[in-house]
Amino acid sequence: MPCRLKANCMKFVDEFREPALIVKTVDEIRRLAGTTRHYRIMEVCGGHTYAIYRFGLKDILPENIEFIHGPGCPVCVLPMGRIDDGLSIAQRPDVILAAFGDMMRVPGTQGSPLEHKARGMDVRIVYSPSDALKLARLHPEKHVVFFAIGFETTAPSTALTVMRAKAEGIHNFSVFCNHVTIIPAMRAILDSPDMRLDGFIGPGHVSTVIGCRPYEWIAQDQGKPIVVSGFEPLDMLQSIVMLLRQLNAGECKVENQYQRVVPWEGNRAALRAMAEVFELRPSFEWRGLGFISQSALMINDKYAEWDAEKRFELPGIRVTDPTAAQCGEVLKGVLKPHQCRLFGRECTPERPVGALMVSSEGSCAAYHNYEHRKAALTSLSASA
Amino acid sequence: MSAQDEADARPVAIRFRDPQIEMAHGAGGKASRRLVEGLFAPLMFANATAPLGDAALVDIGGTTVAITTDSFVVKPLTFPGGSIGELAVNGTVNDLAVSGAKAQALVVTYVLEAGLPTSVLEAEVRAMAKAAHAAGVRIVAGDTKVVEHGKADQMYVTTTGIGHLIGGLTIDPSSVRPGDKILLSGPIGDHGITILLARGELDFEANLRSDTRSVLSLVETLASAAGPGVRWMRDPTRGGVATSLNELARDCGLGMVLFENKIPIRDAVRGACELLGLDPLHIANEGQFLAVVAPEYADVALNALALAPGGNEAQVIGEVREQPAGTVLVTTLYGGSRIVDMLVGDPLPRIC
Repeated sequence: MPCRLKANCMKFVDEFREPALIVKTVDEIRRLAGTTRHYRIMEVCGGHTYAIYRFGLKDILPENIEFIHGPGCPVCVLPMGRIDDGLSIAQRPDVILAAFGDMMRVPGTQGSPLEHKARGMDVRIVYSPSDALKLARLHPEKHVVFFAIGFETTAPSTALTVMRAKAEGIHNFSVFCNHVTIIPAMRAILDSPDMRLDGFIGPGHVSTVIGCRPYEWIAQDQGKPIVVSGFEPLDMLQSIVMLLRQLNAGECKVENQYQRVVPWEGNRAALRAMAEVFELRPSFEWRGLGFISQSALMINDKYAEWDAEKRFELPGIRVTDPTAAQCGEVLKGVLKPHQCRLFGRECTPERPVGALMVSSEGSCAAYHNYEHRKAALTSLSASA
Repeated sequence: MSAQDEADARPVAIRFRDPQIEMAHGAGGKASRRLVEGLFAPLMFANATAPLGDAALVDIGGTTVAITTDSFVVKPLTFPGGSIGELAVNGTVNDLAVSGAKAQALVVTYVLEAGLPTSVLEAEVRAMAKAAHAAGVRIVAGDTKVVEHGKADQMYVTTTGIGHLIGGLTIDPSSVRPGDKILLSGPIGDHGITILLARGELDFEANLRSDTRSVLSLVETLASAAGPGVRWMRDPTRGGVATSLNELARDCGLGMVLFENKIPIRDAVRGACELLGLDPLHIANEGQFLAVVAPEYADVALNALALAPGGNEAQVIGEVREQPAGTVLVTTLYGGSRIVDMLVGDPLPRIC
């Protein structure tokens, strides 16, 4: 049953973009932020990074509130070797590779999936894993491999699709699993010695699945407040108010601004599906963050037949990023996108060197698309 | 050696270095522009001085005529609100209209895939005849080629149009000045989103129709009401409003500042764009045009359009400013702003 876009389909979005309320909330933020203290807030999720630039939030917030962009962009953290692995499966003439649109322009060592497609590789853009399964049903003579990426947000739908493939006895379908989990990445960032943060805007979509409880150690052990937030301008501004109130009162708690979507305990059915199909990898490489133990998911033995890594021989060669690119420092929030040596010159959304410049949720792409010429203007007028 | 021979002997700089042609080169955004400016222009129109517009102005025996051509490879062939044949006529009529010309005659080329049902072809030929009649243009000649089954996707249509200039209109990006108003003829994104949904690859639907239509009569209305104030026009097809205005910003070296709340967009288009992570400003249109008019003519232009059939949703969506030079900036009611670049890549393949 297709979803129908109704005439009032923007109602729940527009309510969170109401200019009068935005202005009022920004006033409250100015009052709370004062002028003496500098606040470094990490937005973990790429969706928040995108929203900050898309809605021009930096323009309206006081200068002593600094956003540090986090690692929550699944395309960005995928190391190049894994893209090569996925493409090597798709080299086989009997294989259709199905991937999300974000993946299409991410460079592998021999070019992006899109460039491979232009050379004749059968790569299809899908909008959900179930679309990939649909392809498998339509093409029984082919083997369809779904290039699965994403945090806990997308992992349940991959799990459910694998379960359905098994239930329906669809054997020409498998998943190249690159799902990762957010908590180990946040731990890696907090362990990083060059990182100074005051608090977190917690990921909204991931938390609809895992809930808020998994963040409690951040407040209890690390002494940092975290507010799980929605993605509309008012959501983010309200989350900043909540963070500032905690920081000014010397508190650190996990709070949930996105209550209309995120249940405190998460989505049990989604977690059950993940537990049914996946197990933790002992270790997984993250672009820029290196190997992080127990930070990614693989398909368990029960569903081994639908695991592309078990079905196909993979080169599995580690590829280091071009040395000039500073994706790692940007991913960890140590550098701002425009401080990378390649930003806007060798690396642009059109000719990306690193994945952060590809995905709309990548901080480099967001900064490049929406911000950097504005920054140039400001410095021009400041120097004039 | 004549001056012309000398000019021909000069080595031309080919800046286009992409190793192969990809879908993005036909998507109307940055890659398309790189191909045209880096390969086609230096080799074929080396002596052209005017910026690359929607149509060329050619002097024939002392009379200036406008000429343009466009190919249509849309999939699916028919969609709510129109079909490939209708697009092929309106697209070329519109390219001429926004170049300040009234289409007089069209030439049509079909590339057909063997096995195409005659009924499909007939329906498109009928659609073209009807659209041509509605736009007041004659189809005067044509050509047909058939390729093997599997070597093309059903049918492709190319139309070439010639027209005479509409009196009192001069389209020139270099005449654009700070303070000029940016006018948009109606809601954006209807065509691109309609095609995307018509493919049936997405599990949602909406009550939307392509906006395909001839904009000639609206352009004529604008010309007679505010002709001397009209500086520039463009129909924002592939690449959308953002790409057209970025090209203008680059050509005239000024900033295009848009007011987000003034840009007309239907809720279904906004909803689909929110869900798919697309920017409506990048989505194709087939029945709208952008115009930059001198500020003193903005009200009279808008009032004239509002009274004309199909013009009641026209809006002033922004204005030209000195800064940010060469850039399109969208501002929000609450004081935020963002830069909108040209389309990069190819979000919606084969939509016209």
